[in-house]
Amino acid sequence: MQTTETSGPAGSGTTSSVPAGSGVDREYKVPYITRVEGEGSLRLTVRDGAVTEARLNIFEAPRYFERIIVGRTGDEVIDIVARICGICPIAYQMTAVHAFEDLYGVVVDPAVREVRRLLYCGEYIQSHALHVYLLHAPDYLGYPSALAMAVDHRAIVEQGLAIKKVGNQLIAALGGRPIHPVSVRVGGFSRVPKRSELDDIRRALDTAVEQSLATVRLVASWDPPRLEHAQPLVALRHPSEYPFNDGRIVSTDGLDLAPGAWGEAFEEHHLEGTNALHARLRDGRVYLLGPTARITLASGRLHPLAAEALAATGLADAIRTNIHRSIVARAVELLHACAEARDLIDGYRRPAEPRVAFTPRPGVAAWSTEAPRGLLHHRYEVDELGHVTKAQIVPPTSQNQGAIEADLAVFAPSILDLPQAEATHKLEMMIRAYDPCISCATHFLDLRIVETR
Amino acid sequence: MTTVVARPRLRVGIVKMASCDGCQLTLLDLEDELLALADRFEIVEFPEASSLRSAGPYDVLLVEGAVSTAEQAAEIVELRREAKLLVSIGACASYGGIQALRNWSDHDAVRASVYAHPEFIESLNAATAVSEHVKVDAELHGCPISPEQLREVLVSVAVGRRPQIREEAVCLDCKRRGTVCVMVARGLPCLGPVTQSGCGALCPSFGRGCYGCFGPREQANTTSLASMLADGGREDLDVSRLFAGFTGWAGPFRSIVAAYGGPPGVIAYAVPGAGDDHADD
Repeated sequence: MQTTETSGPAGSGTTSSVPAGSGVDREYKVPYITRVEGEGSLRLTVRDGAVTEARLNIFEAPRYFERIIVGRTGDEVIDIVARICGICPIAYQMTAVHAFEDLYGVVVDPAVREVRRLLYCGEYIQSHALHVYLLHAPDYLGYPSALAMAVDHRAIVEQGLAIKKVGNQLIAALGGRPIHPVSVRVGGFSRVPKRSELDDIRRALDTAVEQSLATVRLVASWDPPRLEHAQPLVALRHPSEYPFNDGRIVSTDGLDLAPGAWGEAFEEHHLEGTNALHARLRDGRVYLLGPTARITLASGRLHPLAAEALAATGLADAIRTNIHRSIVARAVELLHACAEARDLIDGYRRPAEPRVAFTPRPGVAAWSTEAPRGLLHHRYEVDELGHVTKAQIVPPTSQNQGAIEADLAVFAPSILDLPQAEATHKLEMMIRAYDPCISCATHFLDLRIVETR
Repeated sequence: MTTVVARPRLRVGIVKMASCDGCQLTLLDLEDELLALADRFEIVEFPEASSLRSAGPYDVLLVEGAVSTAEQAAEIVELRREAKLLVSIGACASYGGIQALRNWSDHDAVRASVYAHPEFIESLNAATAVSEHVKVDAELHGCPISPEQLREVLVSVAVGRRPQIREEAVCLDCKRRGTVCVMVARGLPCLGPVTQSGCGALCPSFGRGCYGCFGPREQANTTSLASMLADGGREDLDVSRLFAGFTGWAGPFRSIVAAYGGPPGVIAYAVPGAGDDHADD
């Protein structure tokens, strides 16, 4: 058996390629995957034209959050864990606040719960608009970035920015600023807005709903690379709500767990050469989280406007088996978030008591919520003073990593014989389709293709 | 209509070290100005948002994040050579950020507490500010940075003047907004008097005390504020945990954390400042 492996220094940009079947091992060097948040490398092992292994490694500098929050109170944890990700800080804040309230037996005013949903809508709007328009659309329209795309498709980029702005305005109205908002506290909010503070946003949401509907139609019309690969899907499901803050952890295999009981079905592994812990089902299988999983497992909870838009695309089944269609699922969720935000503001009742008192008690505070990129789980062991003694934070991307690798192994054979640049682009595009958040875990991707025989 | 003489667009890079990506996201959050900015600046390196890459040279390089690995320490030196103007953006790049809290603890113990195989994990003993490694031409503070201040830096660079960023305490923003002092009226601990403005006094306007995102203001009298808080019947640890936040590694805050027993949850904490290479600078 002969093995070759090559990898250029980061940024070298050099490539060399020898056609398949020439009797010489092929070498691909692909320096980076951009337009994802984090850094990593991908190594494909190819034998007799088949991809036998796809291995995605993570390089992001370790930040040691699970240690930094030891000794901290629930409120301090909410502020600190937001800083794991600047794109989805609310997902981290929400997961933590629900975990502590669950342990402390805090019952918040139902109106407070509505404000939390509204805040999560804001995060979905800005994060999904960012990904669909600024990070992923350039792949479909053939540009290196949204700024380059704007030269020829200014109206599309402007539409994306306009939707994104409404999400940011909503977060700022509820939490002071779009990134790392400050109002979420154990027991409720330090402040909630008056209805009049939401008037401008309410008006802007009318336009955002229309623009999101146009987004669904637009991205559904784009031709994706082909893939048929159904993976086990995992998401929260709630009796009446589209899953953001609350629900049970369910899967396409019939899993059904409380949101704090993630550890009963899943476990983390620390793989050599990576800074991230990878999660698997306890039986070793990989699983997929995110818009694909939510759309599939909780489609019945979509806002009627979003459900109708999804049905009109006729792509519900394709979303299930081709990750490239996640952009459609994301657009449908964008529409859902805009439409639900509008409804929530219309029904807004300012909570009389934005924050209720609570008494810390020792035990395990654990919860899961749906970050825009997939299920996020937190587990904190807490002492009698309400200080964290041990923490586990399982971000969506570390859970998706196995599913990304499994999809890549199925997809990669179709690109092995393409010219270098095209093959690279197709793999980059596929990895971006998972919206990998990997600040907690990946930025650039260094692709190595190793051929053994 | 004025005729503007076409100038070559300035080459801008945006890179990151250890961070959450929130400060560079602030650029993309300038929704109303983003496309106009692209007319004045050629963004040649911005891996979060573009597949186009450039190793330099840059007219302006925005650096997010703390230097926390040997690779990053080498990379920032390389990047400095390529940058005419290097601007650190955010609390991580300017002060080490939240991950600098680990600097108080024994590095091996921290690694072992998070990872099953600490031997796979490489990081420096301390996560530190970019300015501790290379010369920095300007710093934007905040966790995250202020969009207005980012815009001001870009505009000032474009027209060739010095950026005008107010340096004063958060308290003055509370006065301007008409926010009643949360310390006086509600007895909430607040870092506003010693913290640089930039957020518009957000936390007090949301019913909380300031937690120091923008770092210490010039000549901040942290000792006086700390003893006032401590004399107010609070446990010592509460004072240290208040200062041990997103800019807790900045000198005037760090000295208070040291004086009041170190941040919560440190491992193998012995002598204040011991084991770090950058104390008292």
